[in-house]
Amino acid sequence: MNSTTTQFVPSRRMGLYEPVHQMSMWGDFRNTLLDSSPPPELMLEVNANLDNQSEDTTSQGTFAASHRNDQEASKPDDKVLRRLAQNREAARKSRLRKKAYVQQLENSKLRLIQLEQELNRVRQQQGLCVGGGIDTSQLAYTGNSNPGISAFELEYGHWVEEQNRQISDLKNALHSDMGDTELQIFVDGGMQHYFELFSMKVMAARADVFYIMSGMWKTSAERFFLWIGGFRPSELVKVKIKTCQVLSPHLDALSEQQRLDIVNLTQSCQQAEDALSQGMEKLQFILAQAIADGLLQEGNYLPQIGAAMNKLDDLVRFVVQADHLRQETLQQLSRILTTRQAARGLLALGEYLQRLRALSSCWSSRPREQA
Amino acid sequence: MEKIGKVASENGVVIFSKSTCCLCYAVQILFRDLGVQPLVHEIDHDPEGKDIEKALMRMGCSGPVPAVYIGGKLVGSTNEVMSLHLSGSLVQLLRPYQQTNLSSHD
Repeated sequence: MNSTTTQFVPSRRMGLYEPVHQMSMWGDFRNTLLDSSPPPELMLEVNANLDNQSEDTTSQGTFAASHRNDQEASKPDDKVLRRLAQNREAARKSRLRKKAYVQQLENSKLRLIQLEQELNRVRQQQGLCVGGGIDTSQLAYTGNSNPGISAFELEYGHWVEEQNRQISDLKNALHSDMGDTELQIFVDGGMQHYFELFSMKVMAARADVFYIMSGMWKTSAERFFLWIGGFRPSELVKVKIKTCQVLSPHLDALSEQQRLDIVNLTQSCQQAEDALSQGMEKLQFILAQAIADGLLQEGNYLPQIGAAMNKLDDLVRFVVQADHLRQETLQQLSRILTTRQAARGLLALGEYLQRLRALSSCWSSRPREQA
Repeated sequence: MEKIGKVASENGVVIFSKSTCCLCYAVQILFRDLGVQPLVHEIDHDPEGKDIEKALMRMGCSGPVPAVYIGGKLVGSTNEVMSLHLSGSLVQLLRPYQQTNLSSHD
């Protein structure tokens, strides 16, 4: 029997009150547990605890019972005892469910760690790279059919590992009392690392532009923010300067001139993005027209496909241009910021991307709803 | 090549383009956003188009289009235009040719 009224059962052991209504919170969980009962040893232990407790509650029960003598004439003890027994039963079940819930969380966590380790192992052993996320099972298929893309995926896996290393190095560098000259080396290294990614992407775009346009190498959460094969430059600016948007007299706050420069940079970014977006729309329109030319007419569609293929060269140029914009934005930003600000900005960007990847992992391994 | 020079010097802002080139269109949009009405010379509609194309490529425009001229001087292709814009220099170059008075902060 499961009572769903809110009743409080005093837990003498801990001196806490356990609200019985916690049952409804773990309601979903309860259904998954109906088949799995707790192991017998557990039952014994719990029962032993409850036996100790029941002695305390019985005494309280009799006290309550005698208190009620004024209002109820017949069998107050039975009613109270029955209610107390129900409470104990409900509380016991609640504790068991909570225990099992925590256990399942631990198991999921372990499973996630195991999966990630296995993924890394496979990646290293077979040279197969599936990008930064767990949910990229379709990558293996596309990668194998195009050597340019396979090479890119492999390099990207290394890139992410190097990126993670650089992020922790940068974090340590910022927390140490390192001077600006030395810190600048880390900043330059970080920037160079991004530029390498852009070169890699350009080569991959020439191998398969649709692959880049779809963000296939990225994790799912990263893909949500896709704009012409990557992040919007204006978004990069926003993330990087987030750490600098603190009021003075903080050491790393932006000066007035810097603030102005960043406003101008953001505006220029957005204008450039807007221009490229409109160009892309025109390209989509032209491509659609080329494909749709002469539908339902005699003859095959090879001419239309041929015409469309020519247009795809333009698409490669857009992807190249978008990455160029990203690179220019990062460079311009590093000119505006001081060494320390740039280091913090790079760290912020790196951590932001790490979190997006973590979000993708969590999302793809979340417990599915029971049918 | 004389034709390029002629067209470039007679007009403040010139974009050598092709009617099918969407990247050229993007550059046009950018210039319009900045309050400039560039002359768009479409070389695929020009009988001397092939020569113009070769000349532009010799000058370093790998596209070869878009090729942007401001004040008679070659600025470059999309890369150069974007770099100049992000550094704030493009607006300064275009200032004499801006047709509408835009405020710098929208």
